[in-house]
Amino acid sequence: MTKVVAVTGNEAVANAFRQIEPDVCAAYPITPQTELMQRFAAFVSNGQVKTEMILVESEHSAMSACVGAAAAGGRVATATSSQGLALMWEILFIASGLRLPIVMPVVNRALSAPINIHCDHSDAMGARDSGWIQLWSENAQEAYDNTIQAFRIAEHMDIRLPVMVCYDGFIISHSIERIEYLDDEVVKKFVGEYKPLYPLLDVDNPKSYGPLILTDLYHEVRKAHSEVYKKVPKVVVDVAKEFKKISGRSYGLFESYRLDDAEIGIVILNSAAGTTKDVIDEYRERGIKVGLLKPRLFRPFPYEEVGNALKNLKAVCVLDRADAFGGSFGPLYLDIAASLCNFKEKPVLINRIYGLGGRDYMPEHAQGVIDELIEIAKTGKVKVLKEYIGVRE
Amino acid sequence: MATPLNLKELSKKELRFTSGHRLCAGCAAPTVVKMILLAACDWPVVVASATGCLEVSSCISTYTAWKVPWIHNAFENAAATLSGVETMYRALKKQGKIDKDIKFIAISGDGGTYDIGFQSLSGAMERWHDMLYVCYDNEAYMNTGIQRSGATPTYADTTTCPAGAVIPGKPQQRKDLTKIMAAHGIPYVAQASPSHWPDLMKKVRKALEIEGPKFINVFTPCNRGWRTRTDDAILISRLAVETCFWPLYEVENGVTKVTFKPREKKPVVEFLKAQGRFKHLFEPGKEKLIAEIQEMIDKNWERLLKEEEMFASKEESQ
Repeated sequence: MTKVVAVTGNEAVANAFRQIEPDVCAAYPITPQTELMQRFAAFVSNGQVKTEMILVESEHSAMSACVGAAAAGGRVATATSSQGLALMWEILFIASGLRLPIVMPVVNRALSAPINIHCDHSDAMGARDSGWIQLWSENAQEAYDNTIQAFRIAEHMDIRLPVMVCYDGFIISHSIERIEYLDDEVVKKFVGEYKPLYPLLDVDNPKSYGPLILTDLYHEVRKAHSEVYKKVPKVVVDVAKEFKKISGRSYGLFESYRLDDAEIGIVILNSAAGTTKDVIDEYRERGIKVGLLKPRLFRPFPYEEVGNALKNLKAVCVLDRADAFGGSFGPLYLDIAASLCNFKEKPVLINRIYGLGGRDYMPEHAQGVIDELIEIAKTGKVKVLKEYIGVRE
Repeated sequence: MATPLNLKELSKKELRFTSGHRLCAGCAAPTVVKMILLAACDWPVVVASATGCLEVSSCISTYTAWKVPWIHNAFENAAATLSGVETMYRALKKQGKIDKDIKFIAISGDGGTYDIGFQSLSGAMERWHDMLYVCYDNEAYMNTGIQRSGATPTYADTTTCPAGAVIPGKPQQRKDLTKIMAAHGIPYVAQASPSHWPDLMKKVRKALEIEGPKFINVFTPCNRGWRTRTDDAILISRLAVETCFWPLYEVENGVTKVTFKPREKKPVVEFLKAQGRFKHLFEPGKEKLIAEIQEMIDKNWERLLKEEEMFASKEESQ
């Protein structure tokens, strides 16, 4: 029996944590993640979960403690945002390099300077090459569902990799939405018993974690590591299939919205996809064949599948909620462009940067982009390849 | 029944840090590690190391010198990493998944302890994790080639504060980390030296028997960095103790006790002249600098004795 509630995104994810009941949770507060950890700490204080909390002195230590706890041999979770994720950066690579299945919701927020507590994706994009699997979520329901699936994905014996669950700060984390909760027992059964692999606490069979690997083998170790990522998409899809059985909700590598017969399309992550879908519906009513692709598994990036889904379109706009300063285009654009570059026939691509530091993404922004795509599809001409939209003049 | 800490009994115990590691000949660190693990011989232990000489030399590719579970995470986070291991231990013990009584030991150099790792160490102690943190203090960043650290003593010659015509080595005094750790109010803090091995091993044993956070700072000569002979580590350690450059003491539940008082306190020149890193202090005209070092040592030693006396008189009056 599912339970329908009205809660914030953070509350929904805290509830997922309660249902999953990780053995250890190390965390440091940072806006807009704070509410999630406060709520979870209350579950711990009230004895609703048996999780041991480590209330560390920094995010660097939070991730360090998670590495130690996961290596010790149990289920581990933390959560962060923005500067906190940036402070963890060094240890993110160690967590994935040691193949530790840590799960971490990242409540997306802009990076300093200037300091800004509101949503954009510069934090998670900064960590995109750290070897963490990244799942992105459009709304509180998806953040909740992705968090539950993340443990199964991370702990899968074929991959054993850490997973980030990204959802938009304030827009999702602090807005109240309608959520369908699964039953505690259903979630517990779905996630299952944790299976330790080479636990440090098995003192009769000592293991050494974190050796020095020099030039004779480092290259080979990294090649082996990169091979593991090829197995991730299948695991993500398999876990989603099982999740559908308990929830009725379908997930894939990405969501295609009215994309099958589309001539023009928008690629966009997280909450802004919702607004875009509404605008797409309006244009569809007017007979304009527009669709949307919303990546869910952003790392490792399923470039073959994404490329195939977009190759037949005439024009596509990739909307990035983060810029790559000094680089050519936004981070999402680069992956989309790379996914398409080897097809003979491919759409014309443009890149728009939107919503930095919590700037609202309004229906008129989506309208402006679609109008421009209609024009590009007609003429084949692009006025500006990359541009910020929604900027105050 | 605990294994007595004497040579006869200890010699029957298996060494849990093997030979064949790649530390420099004459390095005191493996000696210190062997002493710690021997003192802990009655318990299963899990060890965490910070990045440093000991770490890079003891676990390379598929070879490891550690016969106990061991984890290396990064340079500045041995304490935080072990916090995680120890917390998972408590979580699994509570759930009945583990029944063994395991001890947790972090072993890091002075860089990973006094400096970059200090936040992580301080946090772990404040959170009261049940672990022993051992700093093997070789008084500089030896792994990267003898750069000054917060533990480098005044006027020592290092590659980032070289003794030159204007600046005579490290201008600042060393950070007194042992006292800073005692100020955390944790149950046990001590200073030890491999030259006085029964004292060192007793301290480790005592620390492991106490529940909660413990810290031991161990003097660990580095012949490469200190410009001494390869067989000098123990000799130099003894001189450090006998000159009171490195006093042996402990602070147990806030009570300071000096565990070794030299019959005759040797002048610090004996410690300094044995090492190339202080060679420049023996050039003509530099006498004042040695006198300054001597003065610092005397002041600290007297202060330590007074601190001990203060607690002793309190105990008597009770």
